[in-house]
Amino acid sequence: MPKALHTHGTEIVLLAVIAVMCVGLGLTTERFATLGNAFDLLNISAVNIIFAVGLLVVLIAGGIDISFAVAASVVQYVTATILGAIGGGEWISGFLIAGSVGILLGVFNAFLIHTFRIISIVATIATFNIYFGLLMFFTRGVSIYNLPDWLTTRVILYERELADGSWVEITLPVLVMLVCVAATWFLIGRTTTGRQLYAFGDNPEGARRFGIDIGAMQYIAFGWLGLMAGIGGLVQAHYAQEVVPNALYGRELDVLAAVVLGGARLGGGKGSVIGCVLGVLLIAITQNGLNLLGVSPYAFKMIVGAIILVAIALSNSRLETLFGSSRKEGARP
Amino acid sequence: MTDALDRGAARRPLLSLRTITMTFGGVRALKGVRFEVMPGEVHCLAGENGSGKSTLIKIITGVYRPEPGAEIEYDGETYSHMSPVTAQAAGIQVIWQDLALFPEMSVAENIAFQTMVGRRPRLVDYGAMRKAAAAALKRLGVTLDVDRPLKDFPIAQRQIVAIARALVGEAKIVFMDEPTASLTQSETDYLLDIVRTLSASGVAVVFVSHRLAEVLEISDRLTVLRDGALVGVYPTEGMTQSRITELMTGKVFDQTVRAKPVAGRPVVLEVEGLSRQGLFEDVSLTVRQGETLAITGLLGAGRTELALALFGMLRPTAGTVTLEGRPVRFASNRDAIAAGIAYLSEDRLSLGLIQPQSIADNLVMASYDRLLTGGLLSERRKRTVVADWIRRLAVKIGRQEDPISTLSGGNQQRVAIAKWLATNPKLLILDSPTVGVDVGARAGIFEIVASLAADGLAIILITDEVPEAYFNADRVLHMANGRIVNRFDPRVTALSEIEAAVYA
Ligand SMILES: Nc1ncnc2c1ncn2[C@@H]1O[C@H](COP(=O)(O)OP(=O)(O)O)[C@@H](O)[C@H]1O
Ligand SMILES: [Mg+2]
Repeated sequence: MPKALHTHGTEIVLLAVIAVMCVGLGLTTERFATLGNAFDLLNISAVNIIFAVGLLVVLIAGGIDISFAVAASVVQYVTATILGAIGGGEWISGFLIAGSVGILLGVFNAFLIHTFRIISIVATIATFNIYFGLLMFFTRGVSIYNLPDWLTTRVILYERELADGSWVEITLPVLVMLVCVAATWFLIGRTTTGRQLYAFGDNPEGARRFGIDIGAMQYIAFGWLGLMAGIGGLVQAHYAQEVVPNALYGRELDVLAAVVLGGARLGGGKGSVIGCVLGVLLIAITQNGLNLLGVSPYAFKMIVGAIILVAIALSNSRLETLFGSSRKEGARP
Repeated sequence: MTDALDRGAARRPLLSLRTITMTFGGVRALKGVRFEVMPGEVHCLAGENGSGKSTLIKIITGVYRPEPGAEIEYDGETYSHMSPVTAQAAGIQVIWQDLALFPEMSVAENIAFQTMVGRRPRLVDYGAMRKAAAAALKRLGVTLDVDRPLKDFPIAQRQIVAIARALVGEAKIVFMDEPTASLTQSETDYLLDIVRTLSASGVAVVFVSHRLAEVLEISDRLTVLRDGALVGVYPTEGMTQSRITELMTGKVFDQTVRAKPVAGRPVVLEVEGLSRQGLFEDVSLTVRQGETLAITGLLGAGRTELALALFGMLRPTAGTVTLEGRPVRFASNRDAIAAGIAYLSEDRLSLGLIQPQSIADNLVMASYDRLLTGGLLSERRKRTVVADWIRRLAVKIGRQEDPISTLSGGNQQRVAIAKWLATNPKLLILDSPTVGVDVGARAGIFEIVASLAADGLAIILITDEVPEAYFNADRVLHMANGRIVNRFDPRVTALSEIEAAVYA
């Protein structure tokens, strides 16, 4: 068997599935197989990919996070409010504020998990409700439309009209997404900290024997996801040109499905950035295809649910790390 | 360096621990232990399960912090406690009992994971990592595809990976916590060769093993622990297995044949011509009240399958089973339990006990119905029942609520036996009850078996170890290829004769 199949099996399968779907959709629908649609998909998926690489880091470290999407909404509000207070700001201050608030919200999850030994799914379901409750309470559900001009103006980095009249565009969200993907790839693949995250997710007791700081691992993983949630939140506000309090509510499950589809495992120790990106694209293509085929959007929800179910079933042997018993030591004879 | 200087240096211990104390919850795992290792020596750490060997290793390597008052001296420096990073940097390496490997990671990363830890984050040098891993494997003379994930390899090769991990970097001392537990004989011989090579190159090895023959073969000196306390330090030369056992357990084991005449007693179980295609054939036997009947033979002789058939988990294709005079036919093991048959499975760890659950819950697992009052579980009754069994079988526990995984093998086995006794059986089938249980605890289990028999319980004891059958049973059946081929009475047949028949 070729080596690549061992080390990149999931990615290769995903690519193949995406290829098959593209051919199938290209044959059955008119719009799908255009280059314009391909770039649309990329622009649309940018925010989800940013979220996904953040969530990937948490999954690798053996945790899970339900709260990041509403945390991103909180970031949008807080950032919009602060930007208003400081008289507008620009992209740099926007990213700094959004990133910091995001990290703060993510680190709060790590604090709960590490200090009180609450398993991550329970802790983040709690913060999911806290964040969303606070958001609805303070905003009374009202959206913000008067965002600074720099934030709502589309930034097109590259565009070209094609022979068939459609447009190819690369926008700012795609650039930000690429930066986030590269940074996450660097963190988990190229730094010792990243490898420690894998080790911690794979075998927490083994990691502890190496003197890896378990608390630091939680803070880094959830802090990173918080940072990505903050950046993703700002980019989403830019993309939508408004801030709607429940715009991202429910997004967490779509992203979770995409990440596990990309080969990350509930229970920790496994997952790659490329797989994660392919997972988001596959989900986006599925959604796009269903739209073009005129299928009800609820069918998409069912697919997302089914993917999560299958992922849980496949990783059940490791679920003890997710749902309970944090102490994991080999059976004594 | 001159020879004299060399020898002068060798006089001073490489590692010296004093007054090491460690408490977990209520359990005192170590009580003021002293431990010394000379440079380049092979030092065995002996003690029964739960005597504190692994805990001592975890303290030396900084996984646990000892209680105040501890003194650790290593390579000329004094520490009040270690940290894993300091320990590794100072050349202390461990092959953990549970291996502590990372199944999803590549073999290379598992072996060289040390390069991933340290005080400050760095870039990963995959090239150097693979080179270090390959070098460590080469020292072992093994070739493995270092890019494949560890989970693709069987346990014996993972053990090799764990050993290779200890050889990365400049080790001055290597701890091996039961490294041979899952190795075959030839793999074990190979490991012992590695130990000798390490020692010859000046690396000290601290070796933990239950196999006393290995201990005698490999070590220069021997430190014995019992119940977390130091028994003593001895040169290996002149030691015998029975002397070590005595030191470990504090007891002298008199191996006498327990067999007694049982002929006149009422028959509990009568099996006639029982067969199941391909598994066992034409098996006939009787077990009487208060009798211990051993069934021995080689692995795969069909003993466990026979037991499963008696326990209602395998449908026989021919033959009859009579329990206390009534013919029985079980549709499932529920029927068998209700009829008074209990079966302690061979694979205690994965089948018999639910590791994360509490001692109490495990103990009442098979007898839940007896604790119900009006359909509800009475916690009070459960507590008293559990306490009663814990006392009767002298199980050493912290609290009833502790997970069963905190107990040693011998104590887990006692709980497993209690679990079945709580169903009030007439016939108890013990399938390899001493696998993974150390010498002292074995004797304890057979004490229990003897006293159960004295109370009138009929017992079938399945074991690979002929001496175990010979010393503890009233009659010994020899099973081979699914058939009973010999029947022995330990009172008239010599052990060597039975061994010759079985191992032939
Ligand atoms: N992490 C732990 N929590 C609670 N008790 C423990 C823990 N580790 C060991 N023990 C207890 O400490 C004692 C010594 O265990 P251990 O060092 O593993 O013994 P050995 O390695 O000699 O078999 C045992 O009674 C064991 O149950
Ligand atoms: Mg041990």
